[in-house]
Amino acid sequence: MTVSTTPATSRAISVEINGDTVEREVPASRLLVHFLRDDLDLTGTHVGCDTGSCGACTVLVDGLAVKSCSILAVQADGASVRTVEGLASDDGELTALQQSFKDCHALQCGYCTPGMLMSATALLERNPHPSEADVKLALQGNICRCTGYWNIIEAVVAVGQGGAA
Amino acid sequence: MTAVETEAGTRQHGAAMGVSVPRKEDNRLVQGQGVFFDDIKRHGMGYLHFVRSPYAHARIGGIDLTAALELPGVLGTLTGDEVALLTDPFFQIAAPPGGHVRDYALAVGKVRYIGEAVVAVVADTRERARDAAELVMVDYEPLAVVVDAREALRESAPVLHEECGGNLSYSDVWEWGDVDAAFAEADHVVSIAELHFDRFNSTPHECSGALVEYNRGTAQWTVYTNNQFPGFAAIMMGPALRAGLDKLRLVTQDIGGGFGNKITTHPQLVVCCLLARKLKRAIQWTEWRTDFHQSMSHGNERWFQDTEVAVKADGTLLGFRTKAIDDAGAFLRYEPLGGVIWSQVAGGLYRWRNLRLEFTQAMTNKAPVSPNRGYSRMQQLWFTERVIDIVAQQLGFDPVEIRKLNYVQPEEMPYETPNGCVYDSGDYPRMLDLALELIGYETIEERRAEAAARGKLLGLGIGSTLDSGTNNFGQSQLVNPALQFSGNNEVATVKLDIFGEVVVTLGTTPQGQGHETTAAQVVADSIGCDVDMVNVRVGHDSYWNSHAGFSGTYASQFAVTGLGAVKGAADLLAGEMRQLAAMVFHCSPGDIELGGGFARIIGNPDAALPFMALGAIVNANNAGFLEDPPTLNCRFVYRPQFDVPDLERKFGNLTLTYATQIHACVVEIDRETGVTEVVDYAAVEDCGVRINPRIVEGQVMGATAHAIGAALWETFAYDEDGNLLTPNFYDYHVPHALDMPPLRTGALESPSPFTPLGTKGMGEGGGGGIHCICAAIQDALRVVGAPVVTDSHNPYHRVWELIRHPERSRQSVEVRSR
Repeated sequence: MTVSTTPATSRAISVEINGDTVEREVPASRLLVHFLRDDLDLTGTHVGCDTGSCGACTVLVDGLAVKSCSILAVQADGASVRTVEGLASDDGELTALQQSFKDCHALQCGYCTPGMLMSATALLERNPHPSEADVKLALQGNICRCTGYWNIIEAVVAVGQGGAA
Repeated sequence: MTAVETEAGTRQHGAAMGVSVPRKEDNRLVQGQGVFFDDIKRHGMGYLHFVRSPYAHARIGGIDLTAALELPGVLGTLTGDEVALLTDPFFQIAAPPGGHVRDYALAVGKVRYIGEAVVAVVADTRERARDAAELVMVDYEPLAVVVDAREALRESAPVLHEECGGNLSYSDVWEWGDVDAAFAEADHVVSIAELHFDRFNSTPHECSGALVEYNRGTAQWTVYTNNQFPGFAAIMMGPALRAGLDKLRLVTQDIGGGFGNKITTHPQLVVCCLLARKLKRAIQWTEWRTDFHQSMSHGNERWFQDTEVAVKADGTLLGFRTKAIDDAGAFLRYEPLGGVIWSQVAGGLYRWRNLRLEFTQAMTNKAPVSPNRGYSRMQQLWFTERVIDIVAQQLGFDPVEIRKLNYVQPEEMPYETPNGCVYDSGDYPRMLDLALELIGYETIEERRAEAAARGKLLGLGIGSTLDSGTNNFGQSQLVNPALQFSGNNEVATVKLDIFGEVVVTLGTTPQGQGHETTAAQVVADSIGCDVDMVNVRVGHDSYWNSHAGFSGTYASQFAVTGLGAVKGAADLLAGEMRQLAAMVFHCSPGDIELGGGFARIIGNPDAALPFMALGAIVNANNAGFLEDPPTLNCRFVYRPQFDVPDLERKFGNLTLTYATQIHACVVEIDRETGVTEVVDYAAVEDCGVRINPRIVEGQVMGATAHAIGAALWETFAYDEDGNLLTPNFYDYHVPHALDMPPLRTGALESPSPFTPLGTKGMGEGGGGGIHCICAAIQDALRVVGAPVVTDSHNPYHRVWELIRHPERSRQSVEVRSR
């Protein structure tokens, strides 16, 4: 007996990604993160675990920080998605947060960085002047194995205070 | 939050070195433009998923691939039987008995740990590969399991590798000085029944993986991967694949953390190579997080039994004897090198001269161990630090004073240890003073009382560590005299291209350490230009001419070997640029100076050639020279001066440099639950000359976070059936942002007299955090029965046990005085 565990169904979706509307037919089982990385080649969004624990895949879905490994691509149908590739302007001008990460040495290997930036972007959009405690809480879903977080927290707080010290 | 207090100002070596210039890597990484291996795609590539063993020890019966192969989209499979036909077993570092292990890229005949790869399945999508893997039917005949190295050494234990005749992989007795005389001279002998260093690793955020292409016309593989020691991987893979090393091109770009855990991926890479050839398509393998936890590069678990310490009445430590039992896991993928690496720091920071250590390593039904940040030295340093604090506790010495009394003193540097290692430089007492100042040592008793009023137990602990760097691979001969490895090397090339571009290639495989930046700083100062003018190629490519046998990034050495190679190549280039300018200006090279991107005649600013002109002349406008101009393309192999150690005496210099860390912390413990919170932390680093202080501090911070995690939360715990109980980030708790204590860092600079730039390799000094947290817990609990901390890992339930039954741990320690 042959058991097929691959869903036979797929669905057409329309998602606004970093300002552009994307229409694609996707397998129903495809995670949003794999849709972004494999189908759209937006490889800035990373995968670091298989349990929704690490936050490397964090993107903004309708302004909310979401782990893109934890929702299906079809669930993003009709939504507006923002990834790390959508932060800097087309001419390469970094956001204040990206610049602050550079200024504060808030990254080493850079693998967690896109997820950190998206979680922190969501925080700064709802709270432009976060305290250290606010930042720690907002980044609780994002693991970093290189920095020990100190410089990341400093970088996010600095944005709310008008720039890195 | 982070107060950065640097006592010694960083030396201003030139325009760039010594300055925390912005990292060259960051612009791409903050925009998601890094290229990690999983970002690379090829037309028609197949995704690989491993079928892994659900048993810790079992014979493999039949393997039925029918259902998997019938699944639409499945492209092919590979089994252990095929691997055994197509490859030779991996070269073993061990002498017999460990040397008899037959290790293949997939399980052959038997599985020996849960998570061992048994079959590889390739399909057209990630999802289908995983679905198909679940359809592979494997018949297992379960065997008895042993997960404790101490039990594995018993006669009655189940044997993992029958060809080894038991589970012993390596054993030897290491003794220096006159140990019996030291104990005869001692006023006190402190005995410690057993200490245990726990199993964990650094869990880099990016798991392992590769994209592998096979060129049928040339029989060459290209392996885009995140392996961090391509020199070692190639030496392992080539003979197994029956291929010359030139048939293996290993390429790395951005790597999402390594910490040593990405050294031993050669079995999986061989599977990818075989499948790329078999299926005639590119093979993509990305390890799942659970697979990483179950199968990849655990740190060495180690016991220290029957320890005795010889102490004089004034607290002078004369020596120790102990029996170390090390758990290698199921295969010897880098072992038994852990059996010698510890001896780089045999006595830690202390002056005792009489040491005896019986080292025994066993194989168990658990994931293989491999290097992990602080590899094998961390265990030994934890042992020495535990010994110091237990001796202090038992004999009533102050932990600060007994350290200062026994530390190697600055005026003794360079200091030859009892086993012939040479501590190059440092001032340990001064570092301790700085750490204590940063942690607020003067007010600790007031804080203790204030915490007690809140119902908390407060304690302070110190952790002293050495980060020995730049290995002498000759030490491998101490565990296997037949090995033909010694010394060390690293390569860099620096060239001036046609439009004046300064192009640097490295043999190293950076994983966040900022090699592009620090290499550019060294080149900029050597040839007289701005850091921005220096283009350092990203990552490693063994087809570049900057690859040597020891190329890679591991064992705290880039600032010595990598930058030593860069400095050498840049100096060669500077000489050639002066030579060329002199040929153009018809003067002597000594008349030429380099600076600001120009080569000019000293004292005549009008006679100046921009770098672009030099590059263009050599590469595209070279007619008319009567003699050949230089190539402006310079390669330098840095080779530190080492001798092969004396194998009889186990004596010789095993590493070139010794960076030093003194960590101090304050913890508060809830006496009802045993929950420990680190409330204050200070880390002082001395890694000699710092090329980029901010990058150095970042390494200190990261290593500290690893140590805090290992001390309190992170453990690879197994049940008696060999099930890993912490197979993912749900159960394996790495520190999160909310877990981090306030941190103060400090730095001293004691230049190494042995390295081209006065630098020392660094980044692995995090063990200090484990030591100081253990010490702080023991200090905090002195008012509740004074238990002894005997484990490196102290989660709340272990601390609670210490509080509830302090007599149990106390019984394991005994003092005999005369």
